[in-house]
This record gives sequence, structure tokens and C-alpha cells, in this order.
Amino acid sequence: MTTETMAKGTAVNAGDLNRRTPANRKKKRPGTYVSRVAIILAGLIFFFPFLWMVATSLKPTSEVFSTGSNFLASRVEWSNYVTAWTAIPFAQVIANSFLVSIAGAALTTVVSLLSAYAFARLQFKHRDKLFLVFLGTLVLPQEVLVIPLYIMMNKLDLVNSLPALIVPFAFGAFGAFLIRQFLLSLPVEFEEAARIDGAGSIRILWSVILPLVRAPLAVVAVFSFIDYWSSFLWPLIVINDVSRATIPLGLSMFSGERGTDWGPLMAAATTAVIPSLLVVILLQRQLVKGVSMGGFGGR
Amino acid sequence: MTALPTLTVKNAKKPARVTGHGKLAAVYLAPGMLGFLIFIVVPLVASLVISMFDWPLFGTPKFVGLDNYVRMLTGDPVFWTVLGNTLFFAVSYTVLNLVLALALSTWLHNLGSWGPFFRVLFFVPVVTPMVANALVWRLMLTDDGVVNSFLANFGIHGPSWLSDSQLAMGSLIAMSVWQGIGYNIIVLGAGLNGISPNLLEAARIDGAGAWQRFVRVVLPMLSPSLFFCTVMTIIGSFKVFTQPYLLTLGGPGESTNTIVLYLYRNGFSFDKLGYASALAWALFVIVMLITALQFSQQKRLVNYDN
Repeated sequence: MTTETMAKGTAVNAGDLNRRTPANRKKKRPGTYVSRVAIILAGLIFFFPFLWMVATSLKPTSEVFSTGSNFLASRVEWSNYVTAWTAIPFAQVIANSFLVSIAGAALTTVVSLLSAYAFARLQFKHRDKLFLVFLGTLVLPQEVLVIPLYIMMNKLDLVNSLPALIVPFAFGAFGAFLIRQFLLSLPVEFEEAARIDGAGSIRILWSVILPLVRAPLAVVAVFSFIDYWSSFLWPLIVINDVSRATIPLGLSMFSGERGTDWGPLMAAATTAVIPSLLVVILLQRQLVKGVSMGGFGGR
Repeated sequence: MTALPTLTVKNAKKPARVTGHGKLAAVYLAPGMLGFLIFIVVPLVASLVISMFDWPLFGTPKFVGLDNYVRMLTGDPVFWTVLGNTLFFAVSYTVLNLVLALALSTWLHNLGSWGPFFRVLFFVPVVTPMVANALVWRLMLTDDGVVNSFLANFGIHGPSWLSDSQLAMGSLIAMSVWQGIGYNIIVLGAGLNGISPNLLEAARIDGAGAWQRFVRVVLPMLSPSLFFCTVMTIIGSFKVFTQPYLLTLGGPGESTNTIVLYLYRNGFSFDKLGYASALAWALFVIVMLITALQFSQQKRLVNYDN
């Protein structure tokens, strides 16, 4: 039905359709301006908590509430940042976060690629059954596993270590699933040709498959990076020494110590937010693409 | 490109030569499947076993059979409170999140070149540490915080957003929607980009008004994305922990205590790893049931015509 009406529409009213062509779109209707002013307002309101975070981080704690809804206090209190950075080893905590997130993302990506290749391209017994079992854990909440994992880490004497933050969560089904789906949409002919030319399996994976699956690999890498980056419950359980903490845990420990010392607390929060903002700005294309492909939802 | 892969499972094509690659497959699968076994399958089974013990962190575990489950279901009123809170949070959060995300993504879609910028802006709180997000909301919502001093400008005496048991859960939901909505805005935005403008144009020419076009054309075409968002948002909302942990400590009373917060406290504050594991299995069963329910309704609700 829709094709019919579409054909009819084009034939009868081609002029009308032309209004929507990119060239004519640039003529803005008055509604566009209203809409743009409104979205700027909405964006400002939405972004307000971050602006307030920065504003408070520059206020003396004694003036945090007396200034009401004003952004500026009587003076700019840069020393909040000094207080925050000396109370927690912030450089160490940020380095931990980067180390854990990069190592975790790398491990997840490599393991996922290998599994995905086997599930998509190799023939073996019970392949599809095994894949379905694996896939079934896609919706398994990590929260269900934290207690046995903690006992395991305790037995292995890994409590309070960075490997305990990295290794247990690198084996989820999502990455393998995404890469496998992508591989299935690629023709096998490239690989067949390489094989006929005498390339071994590892060679095929490295020089034929790898260049083709860069897009889903980037998505898996970016999303597992963010997953590690923002993880809070597991670090809270398995780490109790601030020198091993990641950013969310370090911030939570600091807030536990400082209670309502809001100036330094917001200085610490601002410091914690900046690397994430950089990640969003630098990786926005991969992020948007990744989310649209179904990346790590809801976590 | 590969839109919303989670919804359908394509079967792998059989290669032309149907010979086994058993050994080779074993090599490639070894890291992934070993990790899967050690860090997912074993802990899942172990948590079921632990749930049948009285299991302190240090000391000897004692087998108690189903006692933890019996206590959870019949002897612990907090469990039902916590379950009720989590359900209330999940439903309100999911509905609000999806309705707002749908409205915002539609708006941004029609905003031309400004759309992508604001889409990324709305995505920022998804990536910034939840702990930082929660802390600034705690500051804004304290009794003499900026929200109430703003309201005071209009002569309104603002309430205690976080320590009034009637309002605390609402505040958590508001903060969570702010934090999580950017994700759905992007998924729905990608869905909207996938709808052919010709289709909408055709509907317009056929005399469909804006609202009719939205309900009759956009919504059905968007149903796969909407379904995906609903599944993901509901699953995520049952795991809510950081917001009550940092904003309200589960209070006042138990009014904002949630399953995962209660699980965490039983395990790591009250030293009852067995009971905490029973709670973990309750969470697991609930999430599985809801996922199964949603997928059983998928055919009825989702339009895969395209």
C-alpha cells in the first residue's frame, strides 16, 4: 500500500516533494527559531548539574549555601582543588581508571573477536547450541555474580588488586555476539581466496578478517572501556585501599570522609568528570554508532 | 548498519566445505569459553549453592537448605519492601525515560544540523561517573540546596527532596532519568534516521496530520528500537544501586532501599553471604521472567515489516 501511495504522491505532487530537498531546507521557517531557542534552554537546564558542580567547586565551603542560586561566591576558591588532590592520590586513581579500562577493553575485544570468529566461520559439534547458551547470559545481571566472585578473589588472594577489577568482567557474550553478527553479513569469499592462496588460519584472521571488522571492534572496545570506567559496585566490593581505587570508588571514598565539605567534594567530582567529557568529545562518533548498534544497554 | 542485533539471532551459514574444524575451533574458543566458564557459569551455580548456606565472610559455612529462601519470602518484611521499591522504580523510571526519550529524539530529529550536537550533550551523563552525578544531585537537592533556593525566589518553601519518604523515591527516579536518558535518545534517533522520509511525505500527501503521521507511521516503524530500549531500560532499572547508595542510603527508613542495595548490605555489611545470594537469585529469576515475558510479546508489539 505504501509504495502505491508513494508512487501516486510523486506523480501527482512532485512540486510539493521538492520542498523537502536539502537545498530548500536551508530556508528556515519561523518555527525553527522558536525550536532552536527552546532546545538551547532545554540543553542548559539539562547541563545545569555539571555547571553547578564546577561553580560549587570554586566556592569556599562556608558560602556554598549562603550564595543560594548564585554561581559566584565572594571569591574564587582554587584551594578546593588542592584539598581534593592531596586528600586522595588523584593522579594514581585516574591512572588506575585508565589502566583498568584500557586493559579490560583490550582483553574483552581480543577474546570476543576470537570467539566470534569461531562461532561465525568454523564448523564444530554443538556450535549453535553452545552459542545459544553463551548468548543466554547476555541479560544475566552482573550483580548476581558478585558474591561468589568476591569469595573467589578472596581465595585467590586477589582482593585489593587491579587484576581483580579487570579479569572477571571481560568474558560477557555481548562483544562476541556483535562481532559475530557483523561477520555473518560479510561474504566468505575473501577468506576462501586467501585460503586457496595458502594462507593459514591465523594469517587469515590477522590480514583478512581484522581489517574488515574494525567497526564492530571499535564499538566493543569503546563500550567495554566505558563499562569498566563507570563500574562502581564491583570496585566497592573488591577494593578497600584508595591507592587501588578507580575514579568512582575514589570519589565515593572521599565523600565518605568529607561528608558535606562541598567545595573540595565538587572539586573532586569535577576532576572525575573531565576525563569522561574528553572521552565523549573525542569518541562521539564511535559512541553514537555503538549505541545505535545496541552497545551495552542499560548498564 | 547492523541495526539492533540483539533482537534476532541469525544462524551462521555453513561454509561450502562442510568439514569439521574441531581442533582449530577449540583453540579460538579456549580463552572466551574458559573465561565464560570460570567467571560466569561457575559463579552462577556457586551463588545458588551459597544461597543454601549460612555463609559468613570468615568462618565456616553451615548448610541450611532452603532456610534463606523461606526467611526471604516469609520472615523478612524488608525483602517485600525492597522488592516493591525496586518494581516501583523500574516501572516509573522506564515509562518516564522512554516517553521523554521518544519526545526528545523526535524533536532533535527535526532540528536539522543542530540535532547531533544536542544528542551528544544529552549523552554526557551516561558516560560521566555515576558517583559524581549522584553527588552533585545530592548537593542540589539538600534542604538549602540550589533547587530550593530557586523555588524560594517564587516564595515557595521547597520540601526535603531526599529525606521525605514521600519524595525520596521520586528524586531518585528524576536523577536516574537525567542520568540514563541519553542512551535511549541515541538509539531512538538512529531508529528515526532509518525511516524513509518518502514514507512520511507520502502519508502527508495522503492527508495525514502530524500527529497521525507520528502514530500511524513513525511509531510502527520505530517499534523495533522502542522494544530494544524497553528491554534494556527495564533490565538496567532492576539493578539500580549507586543512586540510593549515594543519594539516600536507602532511606528514610527503607523507602528507597532496592534489591541490589539490600543484597550488598547483607553480603558486605551484615556478613550474610548466604542470604545475599538468595536475594541475588531472586533478582536473577525476576529479570529472566521479565525478559521472557517481553520476548514472548515481541511478535505482537513489534513491526519487522521493513
